[in-house]
Amino acid sequence: MRTNSLLPRLLIGAYLVVFFGYLLGPLIVMSITAFNSPSFPKMTPWECLTFEWFDVLARDERILTGIENSLIVGVGTVILSVIMGLSGALMLTQIWPKLRATYYTIVIAPILIPGVVLGISTLVFWDRISIMLGMSTGGILHNGIFLTILGQSTFIASYCMLVFIARLQRFDTGLTEAALDLGATPVQAFRKILLPFMKPAIGSAAVLAFLASFENYNTTTFTFGKFPTLTIELAQKVRYGINPSISALAFIIIVLTIIGALIHEIYRRRQQLALANGAPVAAVSGGFQLPKIFRGNPAAIILVLLALGGASTIWFSQSYSPGVCKMDVREQKRLIQEERIKEIRAKRQLELQQKQLKSPDSSGDIKSDAPVTQSPGKGAFGNVFDPGNLDKAAPKSETEKPAESPGKGAFGDVFAPKNLDKATPKDD
Amino acid sequence: MTKGVDVDLENVWIRFGDFVAVREANVNIKGGEFFSFLGPSGCGKTTILRSVSGFLEPSDGKVRIGGKDMAGIGPNKRPTALIFQNLALFPLMKVWENITFSMEVKGASKAERRKRADELLDMIALPDQGDKLPSELSGGQKQRVAIARALCAEPDVLLLDEPLSALDLKLRQHMRTELREIQQRVGITFIYITHDQGEALTMSDNVAVMRAGIIDQIGTGHSVYNDPATPFVASFVGENNVFRGKIKSIDGDMALVSTNRTGELLARIATSAQGKMNVGDSAMMFIRPEACNIAEDISPAANRFTARVKHEEFEGQIYNVFLEGAEGKEIKMSLVNVGKQRQSAEDNNLTLEYMPDQAVVLPAGELASE
Repeated sequence: MRTNSLLPRLLIGAYLVVFFGYLLGPLIVMSITAFNSPSFPKMTPWECLTFEWFDVLARDERILTGIENSLIVGVGTVILSVIMGLSGALMLTQIWPKLRATYYTIVIAPILIPGVVLGISTLVFWDRISIMLGMSTGGILHNGIFLTILGQSTFIASYCMLVFIARLQRFDTGLTEAALDLGATPVQAFRKILLPFMKPAIGSAAVLAFLASFENYNTTTFTFGKFPTLTIELAQKVRYGINPSISALAFIIIVLTIIGALIHEIYRRRQQLALANGAPVAAVSGGFQLPKIFRGNPAAIILVLLALGGASTIWFSQSYSPGVCKMDVREQKRLIQEERIKEIRAKRQLELQQKQLKSPDSSGDIKSDAPVTQSPGKGAFGNVFDPGNLDKAAPKSETEKPAESPGKGAFGDVFAPKNLDKATPKDD
Repeated sequence: MTKGVDVDLENVWIRFGDFVAVREANVNIKGGEFFSFLGPSGCGKTTILRSVSGFLEPSDGKVRIGGKDMAGIGPNKRPTALIFQNLALFPLMKVWENITFSMEVKGASKAERRKRADELLDMIALPDQGDKLPSELSGGQKQRVAIARALCAEPDVLLLDEPLSALDLKLRQHMRTELREIQQRVGITFIYITHDQGEALTMSDNVAVMRAGIIDQIGTGHSVYNDPATPFVASFVGENNVFRGKIKSIDGDMALVSTNRTGELLARIATSAQGKMNVGDSAMMFIRPEACNIAEDISPAANRFTARVKHEEFEGQIYNVFLEGAEGKEIKMSLVNVGKQRQSAEDNNLTLEYMPDQAVVLPAGELASE
């Protein structure tokens, strides 16, 4: 039995590893690169723990305005989508039953239409309207924020509506009738009965709308005008090459998401736990009871640890300076460099001596050996210090090229980018 | 407390498309009365209630409350309060907020509302429960909160839409007495909807029995039970044995019916049918199970009939004896348990007798479906 079940268990284990690796791997790699000092996001080789990319991020005007625009658009979209979604859902409950299916199809259609199409049509439509109204091109109807909010809301409102419909299906219309019967006006009945009932759904719809708006690219790309959102900025940045400040941003977003999810989970578990223990509903939905959280609630403990970790990270980042480490790395590299230079010099001297002292026949033998021992050092540094020498050496080392390149790539980049430009065509 | 006011339905018709839910309803409910609409589900009694509370406008006819025509007046402006079948307590509000909702929408202060809620909670014997949520209360408690909420609005008319149907039997019986008590204390008009004839008979001053949108009979519980106006009322209110046949002779308010299977039987002509029946008319005769008895003298007579016993049932305070009747139907006889072991008569013929004035003759008509 045991041997039989071992294989499937291993397979399941392997599958889980692959699955979670696939899901979380990129996020982890991205997060790690945010703390590595090389200026291109990479995890290996690990050089120095650094927080400079957060600084770079904080100083990047384009990213910051992008975030700002995203937040403005997000808030606008949330407000507009929640209102439209709620009215759409309420309409569905009021409409003549025979029309209900048709109406549902119509209002749900924006979800099925590609975002690109929505973006273009939003742009074109409001442009037409603007022209019809005789407004200037600088007017509100050409404003990027306005258009982006409208464009995103066209389909995000439908998402919100789905959330509201699900909640409304559990609403007892008798409650509204009871309120009316007790003398409430229809507005009072809506405000005091239906709206409180819809509150959880409004919350989830708002979160959903905000996230959908924040991450939207394909609709926004047509409508943003002079107000690029974060996704637009990121896409533009990637086109010109990136540095780890983007990883830093990713890390911040990941952490915020995890904290949000944990808070939600804690809240949910606490309610469940309390209800399961027969606590009155009023107590559960009431005030925040801190001590209770920690009893048998790992999520809470994790959150506290995370908060502590965050605080200590901030403190650490302020007191710790990666400068020392960077100096060390530089020093280390310089030492290696120097050693190699010495080696090369020594060899060159040796060669010279051999040329001078020994017979021309024997010098030929040595020469043929030389590229093999020299090549790693020479590839990387030879051109730095003695380009003239390289010219001679290069044709010889052509056969050695594969062996050379890693060394050259790594160090040539860092220490002599200009020389690299010259070296590359020659090596090729 | 407010004195109840009259509620009048004048020639009320309510239609939904081609479907007629209520047909020509004429009802006069006096102020301070406990009035019930009794009928099977789907007979239009809830529709009538909704037209009184204002959720429906009658297609035709008039609804008057306290003599005032209610046409065009919304539910929130009528002096009525409705207790819903599912109670419709606001789940997100505390009990006291539920009770005083009608004051809240009028802008009463919190202290004022709290005070009134405590008074009403005392009245419904739920003191100190005001800060709970409705979901934390038991069925009977919710019931009482719903009543308190409706009374808090100080209505002239309280409408109750089968409010006891969700409760278990014991609680239902208890709430019946309680409702009646509350009604007598506050003195307002109660209009009660039910399909349970027990509820209607025990609580009401007057009962309207409805069938498929038509009010068949309005009267006290006693008259509805003992002197039904139609075969439907006779068969719907309480249990009844029906005998089909033709009128053989009429003598004053008594008629001799020649039944299809059990011979000629004598019975009283129902008040509503008196003077309207002729010899030879097809008729239905009804005898209540408790009106039957085992005959001492088995010689044929106009108030005796013989049938074969199919099976018997012991129910505690009564024995039920089922006999073979016409058209495959059973005749039920209920005998009071007087403490003696009864000799089973299964598969034997048994002769029953009854008091002729406890049996009712009506023109043949529609019966209540089982």
